[in-house]
Amino acid sequence: MSEPTEANGTAGPAEAAGPADSGGGPGRHVRVVLVDDHRMFRTGVQAEIGQTEQTGVEVVGEAADVDQAVTVITATRPEVVLLDVHLPGGGGVEVLRRCAPLMGDTEQPVRFLALSVSDAAEDVIGVIRGGARGYVTKTITGTDLVDSIFRVQEGDAVFSPRLAGFVLDAFASTDAPPVDEDMDRLTQREREVLRLIARGYAYKEIAKQLYISVKTVESHVSAVLRKLQLSNRHELTRWATARRLV
Amino acid sequence: MSEAAAAPLAGPRPPRKLYRSSDGRWLGGVARGLAGHLGLPVIWVRLVFVGLFMADGLGALLYAAFWFFVPLGVGGVEAQRPPSPLAAETSPDGRRRRVARRPDKGQIVALLLMVVVAMVFVGNVNLSGGARAYLWPMVFVGAGVALVWRQADNARRARWAEVGRRRRTVTLLRSVGGVLLVTAGVSGIFVLQGSAAHLGSVLQAALAVLVGITLLAGPYLVRMTQDLSEERLMRIRAQERAEVAAHVHDSVLHTLTLIQRNAENASEVRRLARAQERDLRTWLYKPEGTGKDEADEPTTLADAVRRNAAEVEDKHGVPIEVVVVGDCPLDEGIAAQMQAAREAMVNAAKYGGEGGAVQVFAEVEGKTVFVSVRDRGPGFDLDSIPADRMGVRESIIGRMERNGGAARLRAVPDGGTEVELEMERAEKTS
Repeated sequence: MSEPTEANGTAGPAEAAGPADSGGGPGRHVRVVLVDDHRMFRTGVQAEIGQTEQTGVEVVGEAADVDQAVTVITATRPEVVLLDVHLPGGGGVEVLRRCAPLMGDTEQPVRFLALSVSDAAEDVIGVIRGGARGYVTKTITGTDLVDSIFRVQEGDAVFSPRLAGFVLDAFASTDAPPVDEDMDRLTQREREVLRLIARGYAYKEIAKQLYISVKTVESHVSAVLRKLQLSNRHELTRWATARRLV
Repeated sequence: MSEAAAAPLAGPRPPRKLYRSSDGRWLGGVARGLAGHLGLPVIWVRLVFVGLFMADGLGALLYAAFWFFVPLGVGGVEAQRPPSPLAAETSPDGRRRRVARRPDKGQIVALLLMVVVAMVFVGNVNLSGGARAYLWPMVFVGAGVALVWRQADNARRARWAEVGRRRRTVTLLRSVGGVLLVTAGVSGIFVLQGSAAHLGSVLQAALAVLVGITLLAGPYLVRMTQDLSEERLMRIRAQERAEVAAHVHDSVLHTLTLIQRNAENASEVRRLARAQERDLRTWLYKPEGTGKDEADEPTTLADAVRRNAAEVEDKHGVPIEVVVVGDCPLDEGIAAQMQAAREAMVNAAKYGGEGGAVQVFAEVEGKTVFVSVRDRGPGFDLDSIPADRMGVRESIIGRMERNGGAARLRAVPDGGTEVELEMERAEKTS
C-alpha cells in the first residue's frame, strides 16, 4: 500500500478545509493531536509523520490518558485526533464521549481516527459507534497514515481491511428482521466495496474494479460508517453494550 | 490435631498430618486414615475400634469424635501421596470408579457388623432396666448421624473428583433417612422419659424453635454459601489468569532473547516478532477453548486459514494479513480449497513478497466459501509460464476443479496478482 489513494483533485464535501490535491505536497496542512499511553509509540509516530514540510501534518499536542486528552483537545482544537483504543481512564471511547460537543461543531469539527493493536471486534466497533471516523491498525505505514489523516480531515471514512471484515460480519444476513430497514442493511454495492477493502484494495483500485469514481467509493464507505453508528442491529448493540456506550 | 505424634523418622520428611481417608472407606474413613498415619494395617485399627465398642461403647464415641474433628483428606494406608485433591485424580479413571463404588458395599457390611456388634453389646451390657431401654433410641440416633455425616463426606469428595457423584435423589434420600432416624431416636427417648403425653406440645415447641432459628440464621447461611461459591469462582479465575500470564511472559521473554541474539538478521527478527505477535493475539482475543494449543487439527474454516497463513508466514518471512468473515466446519471440498489457498499464499510470499504484506480474505456466504490471496509483487502472466511448470496449474487450479470448485488468477491493475478460489459447501449446517 505504498501509493497514496487520493480523490482526484476535486474538493471534498462542503466542510473540507480547502482544495485537496493529491500527494503529500505543500498546500495541504492538518493540525493533529496524538493520544496514546505508550510514549514510545507517540515518539515513533511523531518522527514518522511530524515533518510538517514534507507531510503537511503538524502535531500540536500529545496526551497519555483520558483526562489529559480531553484537556489538550479542548485547548488546541485540532482538526484530527489520532486516538488509541486502549487508554487508562476509560479508553478511547470515553474520550469520544467527552469530546462529543467538539465533534458536532459546525465551524471547525474535531474528527477522530482510531489507532489500535487490538483484534477484538467490540473494541473496534465500539470506537466507531462512539464517533470515530475510521480505524487503522498500528502496523500501518507512515505514508498510509498521513493519507488516512487527510482523508479524515476531509470528512471521509477510513476503513482498514480488518474493520471491513468486522463490519461485514456484523451486518451478515441473519434471520432476525431488521428493526430499521435503511439502517440495518448494507446495500449490495456497499457490501462489494467493503469486501474489496477487506481484500486489501485501495480506494483507487476499488474504483477501477467496480467502474465507479473514487468519490463514489468514498461516499459508499461514509454511508456504511453512518449505518454503523446509527444501526440498532443486535450484533452491533451487543458489541456496543459490551463497552457501555449505547 | 496431631496427637499420637509420629514416630521419629529417619529422613527429614515433613510431619504427616492426620486425615480421614476418602478412598476405600467404610464409614467415615477414620480407621483407614489412622492406619495410614500410624503405619498399621487397617484391619487392626478396625478391630481395636470394635473391641473398644464392646467397652461400654467407648469405641463408638471415639470413632464419632475422630469423624467429626479430623478433616477428610486423601491418603490412608497405601498412600504416601501428599494429601492434595489433585493427587486423587491422577489414578486412571476405571480404578477410581471401582474404588468409589466399594465403600457402598463396605458401608452395608460395616452397618451389618455394627448391628451385630450392637446386638452382642446390648446382650452383654448389664444396664439397669431403665437405662437399657434408652439404648435403641441411642443406636437410632447414632446411625442417623452417621448417615448424614457420611453424606456430607461424599458431597465434599464429589467436589474434588468426578467420582462418587450420584443422582441427587439418592443423596437427598440418604440425608432424609438419616434425619428421620435421628428424629425417631430422639422421639423414642422422649416417650421413654414418660413425657409421651406432652409429646405433641414438645414437638410443636421444637418445631417453633427450629423455624425461629431458620428465620434468624437462614439469610446468613445463604449469604455465606453464596460468598463461598463466589470466592471459589474468583480463585479459579485468578488461577486461569495467572496461567495465561505465566505462559505469555515466558514466551515473550524467550522471543526477546532470541531477537537480541539475532539482531543482525533482519528477516529472522521480523519472523520472530510476527510469530510472537500471533501467539499473543491468540491468547488475548480467542474465545475460550478454541484450540489454543497448536497440537489439534483445525476443524473450522477460520481456524484453518489462520493456521495456514501462520505457517507460510513463518516459513517465508513475509507478513500475511488475514481477514475472515463468517465461519463454517471443514468438509472435504473446503479442505482441498485450504490446500490450494496455502499454495497460493506460498506463491505470493515467494514471488510477491517484496511489495509488502500479502492479504488473505476468506468469506462464508450461504453455501459458498470464497478465498482470495493477493500480493503486490511484480505480477505474472499465467500464459507465459512454460507448460512443464505444473505448480500453479496443478496445485491450485487443478486441485480446485477436481473437487468441484473454481480458481481464477488475475493481474491486479495497479500491480500484483490475485488468486480467487470458490467452493460450494457439502451441506448447509447453520
